[in-house]
Amino acid sequence: MAMSRDDVFGKVKEVLVDALGVDDDEIKDDATLTGDLGAESIDFLDIVFRLEKAFSIKIPRGELFPDDILNNPEYVDGGKLTAKGLETLKGAMPHADFSEFQKDPDVAKMPNLFTVKTIVNYVAAKMAA
Amino acid sequence: MRWVWIDKFVEFESGVKATAIKNVSLAEEHLHDHFPGYPVMPASLIVEGMAQTAGILVGEARDFQEKVILAKVKRARFEREVRPGEQLRYEAVIEQVSPEAASTIGKVQADGEPLAEIDIVFSHIDNNLSGQVFPEENFVFTDEFKALLRTYNVSAGH
Repeated sequence: MAMSRDDVFGKVKEVLVDALGVDDDEIKDDATLTGDLGAESIDFLDIVFRLEKAFSIKIPRGELFPDDILNNPEYVDGGKLTAKGLETLKGAMPHADFSEFQKDPDVAKMPNLFTVKTIVNYVAAKMAA
Repeated sequence: MRWVWIDKFVEFESGVKATAIKNVSLAEEHLHDHFPGYPVMPASLIVEGMAQTAGILVGEARDFQEKVILAKVKRARFEREVRPGEQLRYEAVIEQVSPEAASTIGKVQADGEPLAEIDIVFSHIDNNLSGQVFPEENFVFTDEFKALLRTYNVSAGH
């Protein structure tokens, strides 16, 4: 089923408004889920379920929100991603914008990669596949 | 006090839906404090009753192998108060289930009237909170608890 990016954005917006109890106008492309929209880790489970339902897609674990990279000592050193870790994460998240994060790949800043746009990109790619 | 807020299952369709009954009684001590002279079942305990009905449904769907923990109450809406003597009927339906979580949709009736709608997300905690290790023993679904469930014809692989 072909969907325009605006259509995808509209539905993602509905999902996030319902899942996080935020206002429509807070859902902007560059809003971060945890920082700007107040999502907690448990909300990510809810968001994945709601996206699956809204778009009739299947989201395998770790595809939208990779969570296993940090557990690999080869990828993290002194609280920052190593070059190899950064490459792996980029490969795992083609839907995220790394331009800011890669300047200082501090693990604590990783949540900033999860923006509204990241989700829209992911779903749009999934729908086109 | 034992923390069980449903009295029995009256319907159980593995991996699909479950219905449980709760009889609200003035013998429950907390009702005398909530509120003195005007006993009302706390809405939070009605949410707990649904969490137990739906949580057991979700647990049984994976043969009670997962530690099923309430992660999030997505929605809880109540029509009115519940007084002693009323019978609650919790109907839970599995909406989605994955290796790491499950979501359920629930309706509650009180003496046959619509009372509440309560939708919940559960986490299978061994598959979440990455890196965190929990005791091997399933502290959510203990053997004693599973034995109780068997008396209502609810058991793993049933």
